[in-house]
Amino acid sequence: MTSATIRPASDYPPGGDAFRHRHLTGIAQLTPWEISYILDAAEQWVELNRGGAAKHDDALAGLTIINAFFENSTRTLLSFEIAGKRLGADVVNMHAAQSSVKKGETLIDTAMTLNAMRADAIVIRHQSSGAVQLIADKVDCPVLNAGDGRHEHPTQALLDALTIRRRKGRVEGLTIAICGDVLHSRVARSNILALTLLGNEVRVVAPPTLIPPAMERMHVRVFTDMDEGLDGADVVMMLRLQNERMDGAYLPSPREYHALYGLTPQRLANAKADAIVMHPGPMNRGVEIDSSVADDAERSTITEQVEMGVAVRMACLDILTRRTRKVPGWN
Amino acid sequence: MELKPLLIENARLLGGDTGCLLISDGRIAARDPADVPADAERADAKGQWLAPGIIDLGVFATDKPAFHFGGVTRAALMPDGGHPLDHPGMVERAAKGGKPDLWVHPLAAATKGLAGRELAEIGLMKASGARAVATGRARIADAGVMRRVLVYAASLGLTVIAHAEDEGLTTGAVATDGEMATRLGLASAPAIAEAMAVARDLMLVRETGAALHFRQITTAAALDLIREAKAAGLPVTCGITPAHLFLSDTAIGDFRTFARLSPPLRSEDDRHACLAAIADGTIDVLASGHDPRGPEDKRLPFAEALPGMAGAETLLAMGLQLVRDGHLTPARLFDLLAANPARLLGLDAGTLAEGMDADLILIDEGTPWQVDAKKMAAWAGNTPFDGMPMQGRATAVWKGGQRIR
Repeated sequence: MTSATIRPASDYPPGGDAFRHRHLTGIAQLTPWEISYILDAAEQWVELNRGGAAKHDDALAGLTIINAFFENSTRTLLSFEIAGKRLGADVVNMHAAQSSVKKGETLIDTAMTLNAMRADAIVIRHQSSGAVQLIADKVDCPVLNAGDGRHEHPTQALLDALTIRRRKGRVEGLTIAICGDVLHSRVARSNILALTLLGNEVRVVAPPTLIPPAMERMHVRVFTDMDEGLDGADVVMMLRLQNERMDGAYLPSPREYHALYGLTPQRLANAKADAIVMHPGPMNRGVEIDSSVADDAERSTITEQVEMGVAVRMACLDILTRRTRKVPGWN
Repeated sequence: MELKPLLIENARLLGGDTGCLLISDGRIAARDPADVPADAERADAKGQWLAPGIIDLGVFATDKPAFHFGGVTRAALMPDGGHPLDHPGMVERAAKGGKPDLWVHPLAAATKGLAGRELAEIGLMKASGARAVATGRARIADAGVMRRVLVYAASLGLTVIAHAEDEGLTTGAVATDGEMATRLGLASAPAIAEAMAVARDLMLVRETGAALHFRQITTAAALDLIREAKAAGLPVTCGITPAHLFLSDTAIGDFRTFARLSPPLRSEDDRHACLAAIADGTIDVLASGHDPRGPEDKRLPFAEALPGMAGAETLLAMGLQLVRDGHLTPARLFDLLAANPARLLGLDAGTLAEGMDADLILIDEGTPWQVDAKKMAAWAGNTPFDGMPMQGRATAVWKGGQRIR
């Protein structure tokens, strides 16, 4: 199934024309074929990662990658670190808590400092929308967005697309319901952009207090009723609900949220019989998703998403450093 | 120093008919005078426009180079450019901050510390030179306090200059609700936050009869309310800056912090409503909102950057563009830039009438130039018009009959 979905290299423009961007700051900048180019490239890394003890390639040997995380993260940081190391790069992690950011240094000054250390790629997570673009404009090396505010989280959307493609055999013409706190979610924005661009019907299912303004302008259908929103869906994508959203400002309580929007087996029955259930993690079991659904190996892709995350990030690091590495055709 | 009389000849007065203007003792003596004193100096305007100096209502810094470049002879200083102007001594010092070549008219803080709770010493600040009262960058949230500010200022003959955003809707927001804010992932507030604030304050005006000026009105709904209130005879006026007339929220794309303004840029529909309101007379004042901010305030992620733009240098050229686009006559442009602000502040200035202070500018209305954020006269180049072509600029400036540029 998997190999059938990979397009032959001849389908893409030659060399660097297949992916013309210096940075990966968002899905908004990408074309459909650039997305599928990354997904195709990721497949080989899935194979490598599953290939037993020697999960290693030297493609990025000698390169320095800095993971600059201004916002706490465990999974995404780990995923990027493993991706870099499996490609042979020297990976350094910078946590904001340990950095001079806490001492009042501006973001631009931090960026200039990282730049002066001659990194070959910088992976950035920041709590403020647009912060990654701000840094990308100031440094000489490729910048990968690992999440900026509510804006974008492109590698999450790419790994989700790869997961869907591998499970469903395609990532087009599907009905995909994105459920939960869309207002505060960069995962939702990047997924909406990627999945609509690839030709799927995307629905947003959320309490009215957590739906962004003018949502329909992003070419999605908006539902506030969970059962209606899930009706006939091929993919149910749950979003994490931050605990602080449930203190009364946006939602009355966790139990009311679970009652109206929690993904239970009964609710999931509205979706297609073979619908898959996705979650970017970490999950609030018993709030947005029931354990019986999350742990259903037939339906849940949650651990597979984590696996695809490493492969997609390997593909992104590989592609974005090809110019630095003087790969033939990439200049 | 005794100034000789000055005759400015061959000028298009207010952009209209060609004529000349006689100035003596720092005041406008006569238009097209029959007798010119023998010792009068003569200045040939060579067909350029002669207009009153701009009275910029509501600026946040005494930024002389920018004001001189832009043809601004009087700046009404907001009470929260720095430490709140809530004390007579501070007002007096701010009023002197423009000497000798710029008039600064401080606007008194309506409440102590601009905290919106206790009345400031408005009467003493008036005695120290305050020309009006202002709520600052935010409105007074408490309707009871606002009502007391209105009646108190009215008893002293001062207009209250208010900000119009309902803080319940706008707290934390950095953009207007819409596709752009959603795509950029920026916290946003509905545009009606402005109309809600206007509606409350209009009710207070209706009840108290106190004069109220909204410094910036930028949405169709709020303009409709003000249009109705004016038709009903309420003493209410409003202003706007060129940014909301020439830019919509698409300008914040790519997280351009120079386009982060307060109130935030609006939809294209609202922008067109503002243009209609400036044409039909609903809007009374065109001001720069001059608020220069350096990279430490602007070279930040969008939501962390501070709002505001350096607008003094582009105000006149943007106003002239409104004339060229057919929204205004030249005479009405100078009402918006000078006569109406002068009336609001109670100044003997702002027109070419006899007896007015001779604060004057010559305008070459055709000169093309380009905005360059890196080469501004203002002390910071935070302009959302960076790179835009402009047409028209002030070529000479007089304050009280004395040439200062």
